[in-house]
Amino acid sequence: MGATAAALRPPGLRLRLRVRGSVQGVGFRPFAYGLAARLSLAGFVRNDGEGVLIEIEGPRTEAFLAALETGPPPLARIDSIEVTAIAATGGDGFSIDATQGGRSRTRIGADAGVCEACLDELFDSASRFFGYPLIACTHCGPRYTLTRSLPYDRAQTSMAPFPMCEACARDYADPGDRRFHAEPIACPRCGPKLSVPIAEVAQALRNGKIVALKGLGGFHLLCDARDEPAVAALRRRKARDAKPFAVMVANAASAARLADIGPAERALLTHRARPIVLARSRGALAPSVAPNLRDIGVMLAYTPLHWLVLHALAGAPDFRRWRDAPSELALVATSANLGGEPLVASDEDADSRLRGVADLIVTHERAIVVRADDSVLRVVDGAPAFLRRARGFVPDPIDLGADGPCVIAAGADLKNTVTITRGREAFVSQHIGDLDDRETIRFRQETVRRLIDLLQVEPELAACDLHPDFVSTRAAEASGLPLIPVQHHVAHVAATAAERRWRGPILGVALDGYGYGADGAPWGGELLALDGARWERLGSLAPLALPGGDRAAREPWRMGVAMLERLGRLDDAKTLFTAAPEAARLAEALRRGPRARRTTSLGRLFDAAAALAGVRLVQHYEGQAAMEFEALVERPRVVPGGWAVADHRLDFAPLMAAMLDGGLGGREAAEAFHGTLVAGLADWIGAAARARGLTRIALGGGCLMNRVLAEGLVEALRAAGVEPALPRQVPANDGGVSFGQAAFALARAGAAPAPSGET
Amino acid sequence: LSHGAGGRAMGRLIEDVFLAAFDNAWLAAGNDQSAFEVAACRMVMTTDAYVVSPIFFPGGDIGTLAVNGTINDIAMAGARPLYLSASFVLEEGLPLADLVRVARSMGEASRAAGVPIITGDTKVVERGKADKIFISTAGVGVTPPGLALSSDAVQPGDAVVVSGTIGDHGVAVMSKRENLEFETAILSDCAPLHGLVADMVAAAGPGLRVMRDPTRGGLAATLNELANQSGVGFTLEEDAIPVRAEVAAACEFLGLDPLNVANEGKLVAIVAPDRLEPLLAAMRAHPLGARAAMIGRAVEDPDRFVEMRTVFGGGRIVDWLAGEQLPRIC
Ligand SMILES: [Fe+3]
Ligand SMILES: [Mg+2]
Ligand SMILES: [Zn+2]
Ligand SMILES: [Zn+2]
Repeated sequence: MGATAAALRPPGLRLRLRVRGSVQGVGFRPFAYGLAARLSLAGFVRNDGEGVLIEIEGPRTEAFLAALETGPPPLARIDSIEVTAIAATGGDGFSIDATQGGRSRTRIGADAGVCEACLDELFDSASRFFGYPLIACTHCGPRYTLTRSLPYDRAQTSMAPFPMCEACARDYADPGDRRFHAEPIACPRCGPKLSVPIAEVAQALRNGKIVALKGLGGFHLLCDARDEPAVAALRRRKARDAKPFAVMVANAASAARLADIGPAERALLTHRARPIVLARSRGALAPSVAPNLRDIGVMLAYTPLHWLVLHALAGAPDFRRWRDAPSELALVATSANLGGEPLVASDEDADSRLRGVADLIVTHERAIVVRADDSVLRVVDGAPAFLRRARGFVPDPIDLGADGPCVIAAGADLKNTVTITRGREAFVSQHIGDLDDRETIRFRQETVRRLIDLLQVEPELAACDLHPDFVSTRAAEASGLPLIPVQHHVAHVAATAAERRWRGPILGVALDGYGYGADGAPWGGELLALDGARWERLGSLAPLALPGGDRAAREPWRMGVAMLERLGRLDDAKTLFTAAPEAARLAEALRRGPRARRTTSLGRLFDAAAALAGVRLVQHYEGQAAMEFEALVERPRVVPGGWAVADHRLDFAPLMAAMLDGGLGGREAAEAFHGTLVAGLADWIGAAARARGLTRIALGGGCLMNRVLAEGLVEALRAAGVEPALPRQVPANDGGVSFGQAAFALARAGAAPAPSGET
Repeated sequence: LSHGAGGRAMGRLIEDVFLAAFDNAWLAAGNDQSAFEVAACRMVMTTDAYVVSPIFFPGGDIGTLAVNGTINDIAMAGARPLYLSASFVLEEGLPLADLVRVARSMGEASRAAGVPIITGDTKVVERGKADKIFISTAGVGVTPPGLALSSDAVQPGDAVVVSGTIGDHGVAVMSKRENLEFETAILSDCAPLHGLVADMVAAAGPGLRVMRDPTRGGLAATLNELANQSGVGFTLEEDAIPVRAEVAAACEFLGLDPLNVANEGKLVAIVAPDRLEPLLAAMRAHPLGARAAMIGRAVEDPDRFVEMRTVFGGGRIVDWLAGEQLPRIC
């Protein structure tokens, strides 16, 4: 690109710049316009089907190129700039030309939190946007969630029904304004209206009421996070026993009152996507916000409407002094959905579904076209890691580093996402949810259709899980495309390898709850060798009975009994699990008939340990036992001889026996378990790496949501001289499976004929 | 039982077992086939193979299953079953006493239902080539004039009715197989349904769209099949589905969903909304339909989903499984 070739270009030539990436609707043209004006360059800029096309002519074109690469507008994402020299035309003046149609190779940006400039105007009584809850510009506001199809133009968004007033039209057409071609531009005169006055919303919250509030990708349910009866009422009405609620505050200083916010957390909180950030709680909120957990999820207000509500709640203080000042004000802000269904996004659904939950429903006339939950991240090993990737990050692509056919990957059935590839870009859909109800499955179909439409691709290959009863697998089968089934844990580790663009042989370690094994057995703690589309199962955790299948995942006491079977201590079931009346019966059943399936799952091993430690016998949400167990750890401790490796199987039975013999419970047990787990895993993985001569270790699977485990393991592996990688661009849990499937399918497609030795 | 040498004597012995157990004039005539008269009518014919382990279970055995299962397949067409045939594949080493027990219970089931077994055959195979005993049963029956039940006739708004509690048979077999004991013994619901069906046909007439016996794969498989054939969806209400408390508890313990568990004496009927009440009344008046219940409705759904509204207010897809229930939670 550009600068280095400068010497080759004789003066008097004109440069044509083809800019690709997320460059439309982000203020790129006014940026180019302003830049050209400053450098006295002639030419034009325009949007077209491939992105942005610029022509510049004049003595200072190199400065233009340099500025383009170093300081593009905040929401722009430049993938490439292709520069060609063409004959000069001798014209003067720089113009913004009309958009040219054509097959779109460009894309829609992700949604962004309200920018500083818009916030200033929102609270500036002299501004015509004063108090307008939907103020937005090219540097902020909705994108993906309000766009029906490309090209990104107002007519293709849910703002289409709102013709601009004169003032808005002027800003929209002014290349010097940050609202130049801001498709969602609107003001109190011409734009969508709020259904309830802000003061009334604030009053309801102040009175301990539950408010449903329309956000960017769906409705939130809000209540005062310091008001225990309000939070408890929300739990009751949402029929949500214990799963933690996220909390919204105005600024990072307020977040720091609620949780330990380091520089990395602060950077994440203020990232333009404004995700939910998990951080260690300081216990300042109502106890039922996140019962028994050490971390809480915090996010900053990200729509102008959020700001107006918080400001009113704070008693309408002077904005400039208030905006960055620490405040006690905190709202529970949880996705408005019911019983595992997708979040409510339309006014009709809000009306029919949220009636019994919210005391007040607050909406506005700007429709949400695409649903997107809040994204959730946490800092792991010094860098951000996704727990859920959705609003603010979708549809930004992940670079695969190499071209391939268009693949649609179906994902797994829980925490489902879909991935579609286009050339070297992989587009991972927003978090869709668990495919166990009609609404979520429809949401998935809708998401697939929309993504295909937005990307303007025709999938050539489908990838899916091996699980024969996954809804996602059936959808892939029904597509009629050539099908590439990918083993669940291969997909997990392939995802991590693909985001690193690791090619060639690597070691993959899946630390997971469950995946259908190549042999049909329930896998979950797997040591794999992966080389493109060739893979091999090198080892696994020592298998444990999985009594009652998914029941065992819901009731950790069952895994506790399974571990007792493994230890030959079934007689202890009765005394250890007095709170689980069926434990004795299960012990008897395991004694009589060894018919239960056996699993190599690490997730279930966590359950067994948490149950034996008396931490949790029955779970109310997925991963509760492991999360509460982790929350007890202060200082992990290694139990000497706590593991054994035989026949490539890593066995923690000695640790469990030691925990039982030592009568360890609660914190002691949690610290012994975590410490020994990390040491045992590192030992096992390190030995395999040495035996195979491999140094790259791709880690994947839902157990890596556990920070003590993830950080401990990468540290131990680095100390052992290998290079471990945690997933960074997709979640380690099943939300990342579709991306891994896509990557694996591309490897397979590029490796014709089908290699042997896998599945 | 033995295979090979001494085959003739063994064959004779086995024949006598069945003759005595089934005890009817057609078999006594000793032909390789049986003849019977039928008036001009619409007939139905069905055949089924029965394999079950263990062959004896609480509430029945493979023999009662073979008789009632085939009777029910005929009855589901709204037809009156007339005659059955039965052929047996026996594994060498099967105790004669077990064979006698199975034959007797078949004879009893057939007499109780009023449907004689009029022809049959037996083969003994080497050890390991069969699992104790396999039975293949065929049956014929006649349909009342004017009745045309069809699996593609379900309309949105139609009611889904079950004749009684769900999951009894599968759980009875499973508990026996797993060697489990529960406080209350769980018995198979194995029963012939043609009497109940006759009453239902009389009560609902052409409002009766289709009937099925939810055997293998349970209610879930049956409703998914109907949804596909009729191009509709179903929405079920969890709290309306009758499940015995002990069956529910056993399912919970075993990690089974009662909707995926086999039944052998229950039927699902889809009925037009205006015939629902008379149908339910007729069913509840019959001993095999005492706990009949409306459990949901057919709905318009291009995706043909079967969904259950749970007691917590959410929805849950009732899936059609490829095989045994596999874990899903990761
Ligand atoms: Fe997984
Ligand atoms: Mg769901
Ligand atoms: Zn802005
Ligand atoms: Zn306006």
